[in-house]
Amino acid sequence: MKQLSVAHLLGIKYLIKNDIDLIFETANHFKEVINRPIKKVPSLRDITIANLFFENSTRTKLSFELAEKRLSADVINFSASQSSVKKGETLIDTVNNILSMKVDIVVMRHASVGAGVFLSKHVDAKIINAGDGTHEHPTQALLDSYSIKEKLGTVKGKKIVIIGDILHSRVALSNIYALQLQGAKVKVCGPTTLIPRYITSLGVEVETNLKKALEWCDVANVLRVQHERMDIKYFPSTREYTQLFGINQQILDNLGKKIVIMHPGPINRGVEITSEVADSHDSIILNQVENGVAVRMAVIYLLAQQIKR
Amino acid sequence: MSRKILLNSKEIEIILHRLACQLIENHNDFSNSVLIGLQPRGSFLANRLADLLTTEYGIKQLQKGLLDITFYRDDFRRRDEPLEATNTDINFLIEGKNVVIIDDVLFSGRSVRAALTALQSYGRPENIELLVLIDRRFSRHLPIQPNYKGRQVDAINEEKVVVHWKETHKKDSVFIANK
Repeated sequence: MKQLSVAHLLGIKYLIKNDIDLIFETANHFKEVINRPIKKVPSLRDITIANLFFENSTRTKLSFELAEKRLSADVINFSASQSSVKKGETLIDTVNNILSMKVDIVVMRHASVGAGVFLSKHVDAKIINAGDGTHEHPTQALLDSYSIKEKLGTVKGKKIVIIGDILHSRVALSNIYALQLQGAKVKVCGPTTLIPRYITSLGVEVETNLKKALEWCDVANVLRVQHERMDIKYFPSTREYTQLFGINQQILDNLGKKIVIMHPGPINRGVEITSEVADSHDSIILNQVENGVAVRMAVIYLLAQQIKR
Repeated sequence: MSRKILLNSKEIEIILHRLACQLIENHNDFSNSVLIGLQPRGSFLANRLADLLTTEYGIKQLQKGLLDITFYRDDFRRRDEPLEATNTDINFLIEGKNVVIIDDVLFSGRSVRAALTALQSYGRPENIELLVLIDRRFSRHLPIQPNYKGRQVDAINEEKVVVHWKETHKKDSVFIANK
C-alpha cells in the first residue's frame, strides 16, 4: 500500500523503513517538478496549511512555504514574536483559533520537546514537526538522508559521523534514527560536554578525536554550535573549539580519501567549518537545501492524501 | 470474469501502422511535432508508434516524452486507493510545438484533461492533438474527443476495456472484461 504508516510527521522515531522509501520515491518525482520551467502542480488546491513558528527560523520556514506553494496549497504564516503568545495564550488555544479558520495541516516549530505530539492529541489537523526543542527535526533528517542517497547511491552500509553540538541538536537525534533505519553506521563526534551521556544506548559510537572520526567516515554531517541554547559554558572558547573540532581543507587533504561534507545551516564560517571546505566540490550543503523543498513536498503530499474530504 | 476479445495482435499491428500513417499525413517529418505518452499505460503505445515511425517510415529525430499526470488529477483525496506517481520524462520544451497526446483507452476524458493542464508546465504548444487506441464512446464526462483513434467501442459502464502489450503480457491484445 502506497501510504504512510503514520497520520502525522512528529519524528523519525515513529516511522518505519517503508515510510522513508515512499517519501524518497515521491520526492524524486517532485524534484523533477521543481526543475521544470513552471515549478508547480495543482494537487493541493483545496488544502490550507498553517506554518506556526514559535521559534525563529529562516530556511526551514522558507523551504516549507515554497514546498506548500509549489503544491498549490493555501498558506498562512505565524511567528511567535508577533503574536498573542506573548499575551499569554496557551498553545492549544492558539492552534484551535487558527484551525477554526479551516486549516488542514499545521507545520510547527516549538521550543518545547514534544510540542508536536501534544498538539496531535488535542487538535484535529495533520501535524508536521518542523523542530521541537532539542528533540527532533524529522524533515531535516529526511532531506539529509535523501542527499546522501543522491550523492552515494545508497545510505545502507555507509558510515556517517555527526560532528559538533550533539547535546542541543534535534538534527542529530533525527539523523541518528533515520540513518539507522536505513542501515547506516553512525558515530557522533564533539567535545564530551556536548555529547549526551546516554547517547550510546541508541547504538551510536562516540569519538572525541576529529581526525579519527573523519578517517572512519564516508560522510561528515557538521553541526552548528548553538550558542543560543547554551546556558552555561560547555567549552573554554570558540577558538579552542575550532582548533579541536573545526574542519579545514588541510585536515581533509591529509585523509587520503574523499568524504562528503554536509551542514544543515546556518553555517558559522570559520568556526565549525572553513569557507574553503563549505564551498568545495565535496560539500553538498546547497544540494541539501534544494532537496529540502522536494522532500517537504513529498511529506506534505503524502499526509494530505490521508485527509478525508 | 468473462472476456471478449476485441483486437488480436495482428489487428493491433495493422492499426498501429494506420495510426503512424495518419500522423505522418498531418505532421510530415515531425520537425515541429512531439509525441507525449501518458504514464503509465499510454507510454507503451507511444513507444511503439515512435519505433514504427523511426524504423518503418524513416522519421529522423522524433521527439518523444512520457508524462505523469498524477499531481494534476482531479480525484486526489476522492478515492479509496492512494494515487501512485510514475516518472515524467520530457527533456525538451513544447513551446510552439505540435503536441500529440497518446493514451491507450479514452474513457471519461479526465486523464486527458489532467494532461492538458500538466503540459502547460512545459510551455505553450502551438496545438495539441489526441491519439488513442480505444475510444469508448458515450462514456465521456468532459467535452474531449480524439483526433486519431484505433477502434471505437460501445461498451457499457460495467464493462472494462483492457489493453495488454507484449512488453508486459507477452502478446498484444484488447479485450472487454466484465467487472
